[in-house]
Amino acid sequence: MGLVKLTLKIKSGLILAGLLALSGIASADAGNKAGLDYKAMVQQDVRDFQDYFKKRFSQVEFSEYKNGVYAIDAASREQWLEMEDFPPYEFAVDDGEALFETPFANGKSYADCFANGGESIRQNYPYFDSKKGEVITLELAINNCREANGEKPLAYKNGALAVLSAYMASTSTGNVFAVSVPDEAAYQAYSEGKEFFYSKRGQLNFSCADCHMRVAGQKLRADITSPALGHPTGFPVYRAKWEEMGTLHRRYAGCNKNIRAKPLPAQGRAYRNLEYFQSVMSQGLEVNGPSSRK
Amino acid sequence: MKIKAKVKKDITKVKMLIKHPMETGRRKDQDGNVIPGLYITEVSASHNGQPVFHAEVGQAVSKDPYMAFSFKGGVSGDKISITWIDSSGATETGEAAIK
Amino acid sequence: MNVSGKDMTMSRRGFLGSLFKGAACIAAATSLPRLAFAAWNEKAFKAETLEGALSSKYPGLEIVDSTAIKLKAPAIAENGAVVPVSVKTNLPDVKTISLFVEKNPSPLAVTFHLTPLNVADVSIRIRMGETSNLIAVVESGGKLHRVQQEVKVTIGGCGG
Repeated sequence: MGLVKLTLKIKSGLILAGLLALSGIASADAGNKAGLDYKAMVQQDVRDFQDYFKKRFSQVEFSEYKNGVYAIDAASREQWLEMEDFPPYEFAVDDGEALFETPFANGKSYADCFANGGESIRQNYPYFDSKKGEVITLELAINNCREANGEKPLAYKNGALAVLSAYMASTSTGNVFAVSVPDEAAYQAYSEGKEFFYSKRGQLNFSCADCHMRVAGQKLRADITSPALGHPTGFPVYRAKWEEMGTLHRRYAGCNKNIRAKPLPAQGRAYRNLEYFQSVMSQGLEVNGPSSRK
Repeated sequence: MKIKAKVKKDITKVKMLIKHPMETGRRKDQDGNVIPGLYITEVSASHNGQPVFHAEVGQAVSKDPYMAFSFKGGVSGDKISITWIDSSGATETGEAAIK
Repeated sequence: MNVSGKDMTMSRRGFLGSLFKGAACIAAATSLPRLAFAAWNEKAFKAETLEGALSSKYPGLEIVDSTAIKLKAPAIAENGAVVPVSVKTNLPDVKTISLFVEKNPSPLAVTFHLTPLNVADVSIRIRMGETSNLIAVVESGGKLHRVQQEVKVTIGGCGG
């Protein structure tokens, strides 16, 4: 995996090294989980991960991580606040609401597929479905709902699915994430996501951790990289670059392209497991979608 | 369009967000064809029938234009009406009450 | 407004199109509903240089630099497609406020017309194609009062 070759320049490098080592342990012991306390292991990961950022950005209030790079960079935060005055995603939320309330051809609607009629539930995703043996994200659930009701699935990166996701997130603003990893199978998916996060990839040979932990807050060409803590909380996002709403998996694919790695399919297994890992790490942070980014 | 109007100490601040592609006429689509220009050219607002704002708008204004202006003499409940017209002659009017 | 080449059928579109022809509509403005306040200054919006845009929009007006205008714009724009800008001034009797982006293909971005009811405080989001001077002019007392600021526009590193 080449993780040990990472040069660590910051004090909290020890914690990062510890996390990387743990990641190695997870995949080595894939076959032998009897008697392991998954919940405790995951909680230790959460603590280590969040402590890393608390030490690295000691002035930043924990709840602010829902705002991504704007939690750690004053200049871009100011421009973002100007946009927040009347955010560009307000139209998308309205469009999403209209779509959400339009019944399917068979008379049923999205509300029939979700707990609480689909309101105020964003923080419950993603979750590990033991029966299906896979991670279910909200966006996957939206398409599952459509297909179960005879409708065609929507594209996962933008458009109707993104605005539906934006609307559902908007009804959940302020709810706190507490994504759990309840058993061995869930832990396997979680570990795959964690391994993805820490693995180098692409021609530029970067891992998510390189840009979003090790050099978070520093400049990568003209951009300041956001802290990984809280990444999923603000999605879907209205990105100025896209001039429209886009989903988390769209961003994952874009990031992978940037480091000259092959972008993987949106809502494929790898990205769903990555979202699972990142959401578990965002424990205690609030739902903040939709939000705007540059 | 969306309008937010709030009065504080006799000054009413009006913010608007208008849904419009604001095509400059300089962009090309994936096949290399120029996307024709389509952009708002004027926005005006009135308060109780009196003009309180008018903007001549060019192609350098961002997609989904946002604009804000302020005026004196409005009170909570008064109606603000905003109208725009674009380069094709299309037009839209929106209304909101001052909060 | 450029109506050449368009088939203006008898419709709301045609009616409104005729409202914007020429400065004569300023006289007609008081009798027409809101819209026809001032013509869209095609020459100024199509001018390709800052000087050309200024002289088309404000022919013959003297320009002075001013410390009485507060221009708020980012030093480095997050994204050149959406740059938040606001202009505030306590200069008296403000008639218009205009924003120019020097390096844009058409430098004139917007002209705000104010009435005596207005407080001179306006905001907008504009497009800037590249790093450029952003110039705000306030028309007051028969003069143009100017303030400017450089706004850097970068091509981001982390596209995606």
